[in-house]
Amino acid sequence: MDFELLYGIVKIILIATTPLVFAGIGELVTEKSGVLNLGVEGMMLVGAVTAFVTLVITGNYILAFTFSILSGVIMSSLFAFLVLILMSNQIATGLALTIFGIGLSSMIGKNYIGTPIEGLSPWFFVIFSFVIVFFISYFFYKTKAGLILRAVGESHNSAHALGYGVLKIRFCSIIFGGAMCALAGSYMSICYAPMWQENMTAGRGWIALALVVFATWKPGRILIGAYIFGGVSILQMNFQAWGLSLPGQFFNMAPYLATLIVLVLISSNKLRVKLSAPAALTIPFFKGR
Amino acid sequence: MNKFIPTIVSRPQSSNLMNVLVPVIAVILTLLTGSIIFSIMGFNPFFALHTFFISPISTSYGISELLVKATPLALIAIGLAFCFKNNIYNIGAEGQLTMGAIFGGGIGIYFYDTNAFWLLPLMILGGAIGGALWAMIPALLKTKFNTNEILTSLMLVYVALLILDYLVVGPWKDPLGYSFPKTRQFSESGRMPLLFSGLRVHFGLIITLVLIFFSWFIFSKTIFGFQLKVSGYSPTAARYAGFSQNILVYLAFGICGAFAGIAGLSEVSGPIGLLYRDISPNYGFTAIIVAFLGRLHPIGIIFASLIIALTYLGAEDAQLFMQIPAAVGFVFQGLILFYLLGADLLVNYKLGFNK
Repeated sequence: MDFELLYGIVKIILIATTPLVFAGIGELVTEKSGVLNLGVEGMMLVGAVTAFVTLVITGNYILAFTFSILSGVIMSSLFAFLVLILMSNQIATGLALTIFGIGLSSMIGKNYIGTPIEGLSPWFFVIFSFVIVFFISYFFYKTKAGLILRAVGESHNSAHALGYGVLKIRFCSIIFGGAMCALAGSYMSICYAPMWQENMTAGRGWIALALVVFATWKPGRILIGAYIFGGVSILQMNFQAWGLSLPGQFFNMAPYLATLIVLVLISSNKLRVKLSAPAALTIPFFKGR
Repeated sequence: MNKFIPTIVSRPQSSNLMNVLVPVIAVILTLLTGSIIFSIMGFNPFFALHTFFISPISTSYGISELLVKATPLALIAIGLAFCFKNNIYNIGAEGQLTMGAIFGGGIGIYFYDTNAFWLLPLMILGGAIGGALWAMIPALLKTKFNTNEILTSLMLVYVALLILDYLVVGPWKDPLGYSFPKTRQFSESGRMPLLFSGLRVHFGLIITLVLIFFSWFIFSKTIFGFQLKVSGYSPTAARYAGFSQNILVYLAFGICGAFAGIAGLSEVSGPIGLLYRDISPNYGFTAIIVAFLGRLHPIGIIFASLIIALTYLGAEDAQLFMQIPAAVGFVFQGLILFYLLGADLLVNYKLGFNK
């Protein structure tokens, strides 16, 4: 294989995988605090459309990303209010967030389908995705605040007894997750695509959720997992280019089937999942008990 | 100041009244929010709500359309109730619906020039088997490999949609259909009979009602229904009583998949009449809302399916008369679920005010 081609493939894999890293690391922080947010796909879509529409209207990239991240913060605050204050079922609330996000994004973006924009170079974000994973890893394992966040996710009652504000910490973690998902979405509509299309994330939000399980809730492994998925979905395009004769739809199944297989491989060891998942995941915290 | 902020106090026993009242509260709050959104968008809220929720069902044609939309929603939702009652989160009903349409519809395409009484029953059976087989995959992975069914069932939705896409542009493409990605029409005996001439409401509605009655019977009169309920409330108690969790998982997934598959088949052999890419406007996902809004109860699900079906019709009318994108229907559906889940607090807790 000549060097040119290899360089090209690596470049495409880096660009395609970055949104998975953002969404994955955001969801990982949320889950580490003991909250499962299934609204990743919805928040990514709303983030994507907010960034795109802002860019078309103002022409300002910084405003586009700021508003997009703000939209992620608002969406995840809504989720946080429901699951933390009103103690609603986290799985159902996350699903509601995704359904709501799909509807809201296609409603906002209706008149912007096919609008051309000047795409932004992705390299800043590609590098930033590595930096943020390193930062989160450092935060979790080298700082006191990170230790407290993990404690809240393992046993909220113990953390509460030690005087830590369980709800406050969970709220911040959920907001961080929302902001990262929106960033992943805005990267897709402004750098990766660059365009707006209904449901353009095409299940990447759900793959990001699977990534957290694959990573057994360890930040560094998010990168490994994301690059396996990114690699699979890019290589399928190349197989097609190399003339492997299978209908295109079967190649397009590759990322979803890869997710299935990886989930099976990781989960088949019951003990591993049990030991690495935050013990208080999906369990609501009620002070008055 | 602090005395105006209510505190949350747990109830000694969950409130039955609130259990029924909360879905009603959720719908009312959604309507209020909707009228605020419409006012912000510059519409007269009464006119908008009338366009959205009243005028679509003010004719017999409108009522029939409402029933056409409610038919698959109610059928999938009652199937989901088998899973959700047992805390099995099957959210891949859209994929099971698609597989049902492929299996049942495939039979219809194979016998496209046959007119026989057995064709439709065979297609319905095919739909049920297709959906159930597709649902067996996450069930198998959950019981054998401990894999999270939320993610596996969802991944399989994308796979099922791609298989359908492959079939309608590839081997099953209508040879006379030019380049349109669609299959041949089913023969007349492969179509759901219409209940009233001139209206689109079809025999699928009867199937749905029969299966809802069947589910009510299972839930309240059989040991299997009792086991579902117990292991949903307390897995420990169920284990102690010797119920096999694995068998419950297979049965719940199997029934849910079969129902979703029949719903898919009844869509393609009812209003559509052939296979193409977009056979379902997210019925499989929206049915999740119907199931929760209906409290997993057969009667509740019937009412909930009518309300949610109305959001589909209202969104179509809003697009036609107010130039609002039809996706506003999904926004309303999301809002209803948010309010429902939030107000659910009132079932197990009450608000106390400091004196």
